[in-house]
Amino acid sequence: MTDAVAAQVDLDALERAYKEAVSTITKRVIVCAGTGCVASGSLRVYERLVAEIERWGLDVEVELKLEEDSIEENATCPGAKFLVSKSGCQGFCQMGPLVTILPENIFYVKVRPEDAPEIVERTLLGGEAIDRLLYVDPRTRKRAVRTSEIQFYAKQKRLLLSQCGLIDPEQIAEYIAIGGYKAAQRAFLAMTPEQICETITRSGLRGRGGGGFPTGVKWEAARKQPGEVKYVICNGDEGDPGAFMDRSVMEGNPHSVLEGMMIAARAIGAHQGYIYVRAEYPLAVKRLRKAINDARAYGLLGQNLFESGYDFDIEVMEGAGAFVCGEETALIASIEGKRGMPRPKPPFPAQAGLWGKPTVINNVETLATVPLIIRNGVDAFREIGTPSSPGTKTFALTGHTPNSGLIEVPFGTTLRDIIFNIGGGVTDSRGRIRDDAFKAVQIGGPSGGCLTHEHLDLPLDFDSLKGVGAMVGSGGLVVMNNQTCMVQVARFFMQFTQNESCGKCVLCREGTKQMLALLDDIIEGRATTDTIELLELLARTVQKGSLCGLGKTAPNPVLSTLRYFREEYEAHVEKKRCPAGQCKALALPTINPEKCKGCGVCARKCPVGAITGERKKPYTVNPDLCIRCGACVEACKLDAVSYA
Amino acid sequence: MTPQQSKNKIFIDGMEVTYARERNVLEICRKAEIDIPTFCYHSHLSVYGACRLCLVEVEGLGIVTSCTTAPQPGMRVRTNTPEIREMRRVAIELLLANHDRDCPTCPKNATCKLQDLARRLGVREVRFRSVTPAHDIDRSSPSLERNPNRCILCGDCVRVCTEVQSVGAIDFAFRGSNTRVTPSFGKKLSESECVYCGQCAAVCPTGAIVPRSEVEDVWRALADPQKKVIAQIAPAVRVAVGEAYGLPPGTAATGQVAAALRRMGFAYVYDTSFAADLTVIEEGTEFLRRKAQGGTLPLFTSCCPAWVKFAEQYFPDLLQHLSSCRSPQQMFGSIAKAVLPAQLGIPRENLVVVSIMPCTAKKFEARRPEFASNGVRDVDYVITTQELISMIEAQGLNLAHLRPESLDLPFGQKTGAGVIFGSSGGVTEAVLRYVASRNYASDVPRIEFQEVRGADNLREAEVQIAGSHLRVAVVHGLGAARALAEKVRRGEAHYDLIEVMACPMGCVGGAGQPVMKRLSVLNKRSAGLYDVDRSIEIHTAHQNPAVQECYRNLLGSPASPKSHELLHTRYQSRRRGFSLPVEVSKAPEAQLEVSVCVGTNCYLRGSRRLLNALVEEIDARGLQNQVAVKATFCFENCTHSPNVAVGNVLVSEATVEKVLEEVNRQLASAKAALPAKG
Repeated sequence: MTDAVAAQVDLDALERAYKEAVSTITKRVIVCAGTGCVASGSLRVYERLVAEIERWGLDVEVELKLEEDSIEENATCPGAKFLVSKSGCQGFCQMGPLVTILPENIFYVKVRPEDAPEIVERTLLGGEAIDRLLYVDPRTRKRAVRTSEIQFYAKQKRLLLSQCGLIDPEQIAEYIAIGGYKAAQRAFLAMTPEQICETITRSGLRGRGGGGFPTGVKWEAARKQPGEVKYVICNGDEGDPGAFMDRSVMEGNPHSVLEGMMIAARAIGAHQGYIYVRAEYPLAVKRLRKAINDARAYGLLGQNLFESGYDFDIEVMEGAGAFVCGEETALIASIEGKRGMPRPKPPFPAQAGLWGKPTVINNVETLATVPLIIRNGVDAFREIGTPSSPGTKTFALTGHTPNSGLIEVPFGTTLRDIIFNIGGGVTDSRGRIRDDAFKAVQIGGPSGGCLTHEHLDLPLDFDSLKGVGAMVGSGGLVVMNNQTCMVQVARFFMQFTQNESCGKCVLCREGTKQMLALLDDIIEGRATTDTIELLELLARTVQKGSLCGLGKTAPNPVLSTLRYFREEYEAHVEKKRCPAGQCKALALPTINPEKCKGCGVCARKCPVGAITGERKKPYTVNPDLCIRCGACVEACKLDAVSYA
Repeated sequence: MTPQQSKNKIFIDGMEVTYARERNVLEICRKAEIDIPTFCYHSHLSVYGACRLCLVEVEGLGIVTSCTTAPQPGMRVRTNTPEIREMRRVAIELLLANHDRDCPTCPKNATCKLQDLARRLGVREVRFRSVTPAHDIDRSSPSLERNPNRCILCGDCVRVCTEVQSVGAIDFAFRGSNTRVTPSFGKKLSESECVYCGQCAAVCPTGAIVPRSEVEDVWRALADPQKKVIAQIAPAVRVAVGEAYGLPPGTAATGQVAAALRRMGFAYVYDTSFAADLTVIEEGTEFLRRKAQGGTLPLFTSCCPAWVKFAEQYFPDLLQHLSSCRSPQQMFGSIAKAVLPAQLGIPRENLVVVSIMPCTAKKFEARRPEFASNGVRDVDYVITTQELISMIEAQGLNLAHLRPESLDLPFGQKTGAGVIFGSSGGVTEAVLRYVASRNYASDVPRIEFQEVRGADNLREAEVQIAGSHLRVAVVHGLGAARALAEKVRRGEAHYDLIEVMACPMGCVGGAGQPVMKRLSVLNKRSAGLYDVDRSIEIHTAHQNPAVQECYRNLLGSPASPKSHELLHTRYQSRRRGFSLPVEVSKAPEAQLEVSVCVGTNCYLRGSRRLLNALVEEIDARGLQNQVAVKATFCFENCTHSPNVAVGNVLVSEATVEKVLEEVNRQLASAKAALPAKG
């Protein structure tokens, strides 16, 4: 692409050209190509659909080719009637592969390649929905044709994600056609840096990466710093177990991230941006790189953006797999080629960040929200959410709930709404929906906490969660039923953080290691009455004294479970009993007197003589002597001995 | 009080404290004589913020690390609240839980900071259990011993190695609970770029990196009736050894050390300063010659073995700038082994030379193959000041109570020039004195050159001597040396003489010196050396009668062939190791490897023919099972090609005969060593 074309980027013309190109399309098939659906085979579904349409001798387009030299006039898409495209994550990953047919808006779930002929014949040509492929509500048993009829979607407010599941992330034209890059254009041509910062501050946008720091304030701080060289970094090092919000946005709508970065760059005076993506997200890396190349080709990145005389470009940096590199100072060190370890703050990155220069680091979701604010206005943004936390937040909803996947809700939504409406309730150990099986919800990943019944009606926002010992964090939301041992939940996250601590500061490195050891003691029955107290003291010390955010929040899973499920810890320690029956070392075998025939095999197998009884009469287990080895359970041929 | 003054005040535990240039609350607290505990704070290193012990409570900010908190006027700081005490205690307990708690047998026992803080903070029990698997101890280096099981990962060693010395031989590897400090790729220290300066050990708060001890070897030699054991005492040792006995830093205790050594059974006690005087003359002569004949300048000093290895590794192109003089330690060893066996009527191998040094790299230097003849080293053992102290203690003596004794003649005789070698700037000043006296017609040449003294990392001076304009630079710390050498390489530095010492303030800050709490101790040790200089009557090296006698009877004149044989050396590039070997003859149980360079230079001078001839000859002599022959690529010694490495010895300008002679020698000495080991 020549500089002349680059300088003359005309978004309206591009939009018209695109609309022209799709004007002949009568049916559009969107196959979800988010990582979840790809893993369950959506690409094979896609190929089969294309092949099937071709077999019918129909015109099919799999990619809109807008010829570069004719962007101004009419784009070429020679009258095809069918368009099959891939989209980013549509959120309902559990039901994937997902296929949507427009304009009817028919929504198919769990589609297999074998279904393709039928879809083409009956839906594309016949216009009817195939019952077998429709979503069935697990409670009402009713089929839903459109997403609006599905509770999972109906109860969400999809601002950011709506585009994700619709447009083809690899087609810049599609992003432009829905108004993309108009916000950046405005920021460059019609707004001053001060105005941009002021707008973002007034919008109340807070960092979606976990901390909830006001984005506008951060930008303003970096803007005010003197110096010619400044940087914008997009933090795409999403590492919480089970969280994939940022991945979905980077994969599904990469241009929105680029546009957010352009606006940030203009606001603070940066000419170079970096997107730091974990290497475990190869699809995100690939799509971001393509998006950057396409944007450069359109003159949206590079020199003299929008003929403003302003240069800005973006590079993708791949991480090396360290969770701690999501911490901003560690991330900066990693980009600089150093070991990814946090350093003490101040100075904050806005003062001295990448290579010592003022740097703004924002999370993916935050940056993707920015164009929406500029485009739709502050008031529209503030209408959603709560006064202190405006806007929406995406969560990765998983665990014991029928509808798991990626969701987006306004701040202020209650946990009850999320779990029981969007999630569709709680499933018990056999997978049945049993709302009374709800026990807890873990929110915010390894930095978050466990909440319980009493928090179900708490409107979720940055501040309310902090108040109850959890945090929005990156947005992981794990629903847990009553078969879950809360000590093991705490242990799971502690195992994670002690592996992922950078190892720099004593309290985090050694503290997480010892918290894990103490939790092991509790789970394996070695704990004494002092253990819980010591665990709590240690957790508080690590929380107060650690160097960076990882260490300061690492004890949250322990502290919140201790706060809301203390009696469960006490049962493990004092009664050597796991109330959820999950801790094998504490599971006490009991003998069912109905089934026991008094043969004495279990007593003979018991290595410590904990089982006694008279022959031909039911035997009993002495819990004080029992070492929970399980030999008796194995020995009994009548299934009379089992764990309580 | 001016308004400006009232601004720069904070309140520490209710006490008003004025601050000026202090960078953080920690430094202000320490200035106010409140010793906030830390492991990872060193004023000459970057702020790391990892040990979490310097926590204080600041009104409005809560609990923060004082090392990372900049003072604000009127700030109210509390350093010892119950909460802070508890947190510090927990931190110490956490460290102790996975720390080898074998304190009585640890070399750092009683000087260990972890031990000290556990005591000070009242840690009486460790409530956490050990959960870290044991790691191997690295004893590969002749200078240092690394025990990862005692490491608390404070990162002091990593930062001093990288930030101050610019070597970066060790760094953190792995993450989370698996984090450890190690040379790259899990190699041993001896396989790394470590220059053995030992500054890592000097800053290590625990016993994780310590100087390698040779004390037992020395005791064994002393107990051997066949051996005559003699000592040389380095200048910097005498002004630091007394610190262990309550003497103020800088107190010269040469006489007491001599007394202690004689009680242990040392036959004679000599002074490395004698050899330093020789160094001054040889180096001064070399310098004047280069200056007069338009030779390669600037001339870098070569007394510091860490600097020499550093230069061989990173500046092989500048090696011709290095003075060819051996260090005083090695000059002493060489002269002693040349003169004393005949005088004492004993075989050379029964004379044992023990160096007492402030330095860990000297242990490596003494083992360089070029400083041995017929397998007998010029310097047999090198013990540090710390090791000397432990020997004095083992002997049951208190240095402070010993009556000073004089050193033995002739090598106990010294001048002030040889004594100030122990401080950064001392070598330069001694050489300048020599140059001045050579050039002055008057009877009173200039003695003191204050312009090269001081504590700055880099000091530059221009000196007028008899109409000659000399530009000198003095650096300590290898990072500063690297910056300067790079300037020389780019042709941007115009000096005649550059003195380099690896350790802070020179040898007085060597890693073998007693553990010090503050850097200011170094100034006192240095001042102590200049005091000794003033108290000695002779200040210029060539006026040392013993040195004059040495030239008369043994060496002839400075830079004579004899002095070249005994007092000078050659350097070799270490930039590329013995790399890329290709096996030519297979000998799976070979004791010895012979690597023939087949790089361009050596090839052109017939290394290929040499390689073939060697393989044939080794077969013919029936040595094919003992000796493996390899082809390798470039020892960067091309001017002396062809080069062949036999074991660790480089044979330059090699012929089949020369190589086979070395092979036979090494096989014979290996054979001789075998029964002794068994």
